[in-house]
Amino acid sequence: MKPDGVTGRFQRSREALAFPMIAYAAVFVGLSLLYVIGLSLMTRGEDFSAGVPYTLDNFARIASPLYLRSLLQSLRLAFFTALFCLLLGYPFAYFMAKASARARTWIMLLLIVPFWTNALIRIYGWKILFAANGPINATLMAIGLISRPLKLLYTEFAVQVGMVYAMIPFMVLPVYSAVERMDWAMVEASRDLGASPARAFLTVTLPMTLPGVLAGLVLTFIPSIGLFFLSDILGGSNTMLWGNMVHNELLKSRDLPFAAALSVVLLALTGMVILIYRRMGGRAENMVF
Amino acid sequence: MKKNSAWAGVYMALVLVLLYLPILVVVLFSFNGNPGRTANFHFEGFSLQWYRALFDPATGYGQPLRTSLMVALWSVALSALLGSLGAIGLVRRPVRRSILGRVGNLALTLGEQIAVLPIMIPEIILGIALMVLLTLFGIPFGMLSLVLSHVAFCVPYIFITVRGRLASMDPGLEEAARDLGATPLKVLTTITLPLAMPAVVSGCLLAFAMSMDDFVISFFVNGPQTNTLPVKIYSSVKVGVPPHVNALCTVMLVVVFLIVAFSQMLQSGKLRRQERRDNRDGRTADAQD
Amino acid sequence: MPQNKVLLSLRGLRKTFDTQEAVSGLDLDVYEGEFITLLGPSGCGKTTTLRIIAGLEMPTAGRVFLDGEDITRLAPEKREVNTVFQNYALFPHMNVWKNIAYGLRMRGASRAEIDEKVPRMLEMVQLEGFGRRLPSQLSGGQRQRVAIARSLILSPKLLLLDEPLGALDLQLRRQMQQELKRMQRQLGITFIYITHDQEEAMTMSDRIALMRDGRFVQLDTPKGLYEQPRTAFAASFIGETNLISATASAVKDDEVLLDISGFEVPCACEDWITPGEQLLISLRAERLRLAAQPVNTPCRVTGELLESQYAGSERTSLVRLPDGQVLHVRSTTEGEQVPDKGSQVSVWWQQTTGVIVRDDREENQ
Repeated sequence: MKPDGVTGRFQRSREALAFPMIAYAAVFVGLSLLYVIGLSLMTRGEDFSAGVPYTLDNFARIASPLYLRSLLQSLRLAFFTALFCLLLGYPFAYFMAKASARARTWIMLLLIVPFWTNALIRIYGWKILFAANGPINATLMAIGLISRPLKLLYTEFAVQVGMVYAMIPFMVLPVYSAVERMDWAMVEASRDLGASPARAFLTVTLPMTLPGVLAGLVLTFIPSIGLFFLSDILGGSNTMLWGNMVHNELLKSRDLPFAAALSVVLLALTGMVILIYRRMGGRAENMVF
Repeated sequence: MKKNSAWAGVYMALVLVLLYLPILVVVLFSFNGNPGRTANFHFEGFSLQWYRALFDPATGYGQPLRTSLMVALWSVALSALLGSLGAIGLVRRPVRRSILGRVGNLALTLGEQIAVLPIMIPEIILGIALMVLLTLFGIPFGMLSLVLSHVAFCVPYIFITVRGRLASMDPGLEEAARDLGATPLKVLTTITLPLAMPAVVSGCLLAFAMSMDDFVISFFVNGPQTNTLPVKIYSSVKVGVPPHVNALCTVMLVVVFLIVAFSQMLQSGKLRRQERRDNRDGRTADAQD
Repeated sequence: MPQNKVLLSLRGLRKTFDTQEAVSGLDLDVYEGEFITLLGPSGCGKTTTLRIIAGLEMPTAGRVFLDGEDITRLAPEKREVNTVFQNYALFPHMNVWKNIAYGLRMRGASRAEIDEKVPRMLEMVQLEGFGRRLPSQLSGGQRQRVAIARSLILSPKLLLLDEPLGALDLQLRRQMQQELKRMQRQLGITFIYITHDQEEAMTMSDRIALMRDGRFVQLDTPKGLYEQPRTAFAASFIGETNLISATASAVKDDEVLLDISGFEVPCACEDWITPGEQLLISLRAERLRLAAQPVNTPCRVTGELLESQYAGSERTSLVRLPDGQVLHVRSTTEGEQVPDKGSQVSVWWQQTTGVIVRDDREENQ
């Protein structure tokens, strides 16, 4: 009856089974992140190293127009990515959950294949599409809408499209599992009690599927800030995401403490988003499907 | 209430078309007859030349493919061990009132949070953190560093899937087994693990896909001789755009599609068989009473 | 039943969850071959008691002895005690055969022993030919039988059954009650049975331990519990009874003279009664007789017939005494003569029908 039934000794030996996992995570996740925080407070040393004196200079350097612009651009792109994913993905997930079991299997299959396919490949397809002599421009010129090729590739627009495209499954899947778990009798009850379809949706369906929506927003927003390879491929040098900054400082300037400081800013941002997510009742379980 | 209108179908089809558009473009261009070796976005007739180029050993995809597969297999095997044991140890923890008990529980909760952190923070942060930590430990960049890093982000997928399955399991089953004379170890091997197995398998599949797909973390921790497939693709796509990448992507798509379709078929076939048996036996079972 | 040797003893058993006491000081001796039932409303601590005996729960205080040996701290797998769980807890990934063989396998029994014993068990619970079914392919009654067979195959000294028939419909329940009783007699195994169904407890048990708030209210044979309830809770939990307040007007030897609403009625005395005390007397509704004219017996009262309801084999009448207390009377309808509603009627009974009980009614609130 009580979940803590089996005797104390058994429980303790059972918890010991988790020790390897916790120890591993403590070192490779916990310790490594702490080390990055530590590095961010150090001074750049000879050849890709860091050392004393401890300083806050790295963070002071971040407060410059160059980095603030990049931060704003990253946040803007991430925000619109989450928003467009929600607007496009919610109806999709909703309809999918309402489809027949057979149709659902097929739609799920079609959704999972790109999800399982390397993100680089999928984005690479957009590079072909957006190219000056690529299919989109060719089509538009063929039907006479434009006379000269549009500059699509290496623009913020291209990065935005690529991001929404890469992230949309992470919105559809959690929302879908939330809609699927929902008890449709409640929607019927609200209709029965006099709610219009729109009101029934707003007062019953949406609140019931909110955990899925929240998980989807977090899962699309956070990674978008760091997707440096996406802006590398589709944005060229015009789009400098926070992820690109970190990447450049680390591998081009080889400034370890400064790259660490940039990472810490991103980590703090992530921590805030997760904190808000937790506050609103979100759980890690909703993030894995 | 649980029915879709025709518009819903149209909407879903449209989103799916958008989802597949870049993929189809990649497939189409893999058969491009245009002999240009870079930035080749103009389609000129059907040819298999890029497939020949891809399978030419000189193009060098054999080693990255082998590296990716080895890293994925090792990481998944290790993560399955750590994650499954972690889930068994941490599911349904008893409430403890004593000071020591509370501290212990708090430590376990913290450990659990750290273990699932990798699915929530941007990959670039974890990538950098692992890179600096492995440098600190003096671990050379190569297979070992790749596997150690992949385990860090594969564990949460398996952990969360298995814990979810175990949480929905009747705790009475383990008690019944002990009541019938099973030692805690026997309970683990004859009851808990067999019941958790489907979740372990699906968690492993997910982790395998994540490991094969991972670019960001591998990018930071791979060695000169151990490019993974995504890293190799990135370096090809970023510099020029050699058209054999299209062929590679097509091959990978076909493989993923076959795997997903096969597992879906296996699953739905199993379901149908199970249903048939249930129907048949359900009837005879009722007649028995 | 012959007083065999004591098999299980509970001494001062206590169990506290967080701040709530589920079991508060139990003492019990269970004899070999006995069928004893823990009966009580939900939340009375009966399942916790059972789990402590099985070893699935550690008592906060007190000891458990099996065959004279202290097993309080013994792991569940080392006890010669088996349990039939409320929801059966059949292993869903094993077929019926493997479920039943599980205990033997854990004991390291040989293949030959398993192949010999499992079919015998299947036969005993009438599930021959079901060995390869999975639990999900069985009906409720069949699952129940598998759960029983799985425990009995180990020939435990003691079998614990936690509301084993709770999920079955009435007809199947009756049938399984008889079967359980048959198996218990056939195997001579001691049963400790949990139920909240008083009828089930009455028909199956050698003794019943009536529980409430983690304590035994009364430990008695079904007959003793019914005929001689010691408290108001015991009297009203089993069967239908009238709890009527009365005053002890005179105590002599083993008899007390009661004043019930102005009528002098004799009743068997308890040693704790003092003259002038306010008492509670339990009068079983079906042991009361109704008469239009006063009957010549010392145990009688008179009142107004308020209501008289026909219900097939029985009639329920409500009689209001002068002080306002109402008596429920259940009488057979065969050849009845029904007094007019509103008329004065006489209610009488055999002296042994009236039982003075301790008033423990408020404790429950």
